[in-house]
Amino acid sequence: MLIGKVVGSVVATQKDEKLLDRKFLVVQIHGHEGQPRDQYVVAVDSVGAGPEDMVLYATGSSARQTTITDGRPCDAAIMAIVDSWDLGGENVYEKWA
Amino acid sequence: MFLADVIGSVVSPVQIPHLDGRTLLLLRPVQPAGAPTAKTRIGVDIVGAGPGDRVLVIDEGNSGRQLLAAPGAPIKTIVSAIVDEIEVGGERIYDHRRRPELLPRSEA
Amino acid sequence: MYLARVTGRLVASHRYPGLEGVALQWIQPLDEDGAHLGEALVACAAVNSGPGDLVHYVDGREAALACPETFVPVDAAITGVVEQATVLGAELAGNSAGNSKVRT
Repeated sequence: MLIGKVVGSVVATQKDEKLLDRKFLVVQIHGHEGQPRDQYVVAVDSVGAGPEDMVLYATGSSARQTTITDGRPCDAAIMAIVDSWDLGGENVYEKWA
Repeated sequence: MFLADVIGSVVSPVQIPHLDGRTLLLLRPVQPAGAPTAKTRIGVDIVGAGPGDRVLVIDEGNSGRQLLAAPGAPIKTIVSAIVDEIEVGGERIYDHRRRPELLPRSEA
Repeated sequence: MYLARVTGRLVASHRYPGLEGVALQWIQPLDEDGAHLGEALVACAAVNSGPGDLVHYVDGREAALACPETFVPVDAAITGVVEQATVLGAELAGNSAGNSKVRT
């Protein structure tokens, strides 16, 4: 899984019916040291993430292993909202800081 | 499937139960002529391969589970054959009996 | 499967149902000479691994099969803690006794 921050959402009225009623969030990919990258991914939300949330997302066929993406065209799914992480014993990110 | 050179082995006493009793080999994917290609990876051996052998690797889940006869196993990289010869364009470019010595990746 | 080093831990209390209790850890994939191979990523720990450990992990859809609940959106799972890795006859730095480990 990779991490990113939810920076927006996508609305599209004209889309394949298999994509109806799905929440598409724009995620800015972040590195493991918390640095934002100039890279974005549109992911289906499976956990109720919102703006500014740091999230974990799964890619590829794994992204279809949720009840809302099963059998549907989807290659990125948000599967957790990140509270914090550390690297080498040093705290890198803290949601409530 | 792709070709790889077996460059080493891995021992992990703490592992998922599906791997218990199986041999793990370090694999360097190579072109038919021997130049390294993709990322080094670890495969489960089912043919008795060892360091120095050039092997045929399958790295796909469904195929891997078929070879292991282990439905539900989270394993997909399988060493499925030991290569004797490779022929490209009518020319034999690899012969197991005269296999070249393994070099570090930077020199291979 | 690939070689990697566990570099950290990640806390996410709100996660997809079925992933409760699964440890999430940062891993840095490694090449055959121990050099970094690509970007760090987060994996589910299917074994009792911790920061500092040399491990192997599986990526893609198979990763979910290593989790307690297998229908989950997981694309990387740690499948073993490496005690010894031999490359071209030499020992790749593994988890020998001299290796400092942080396990709290």
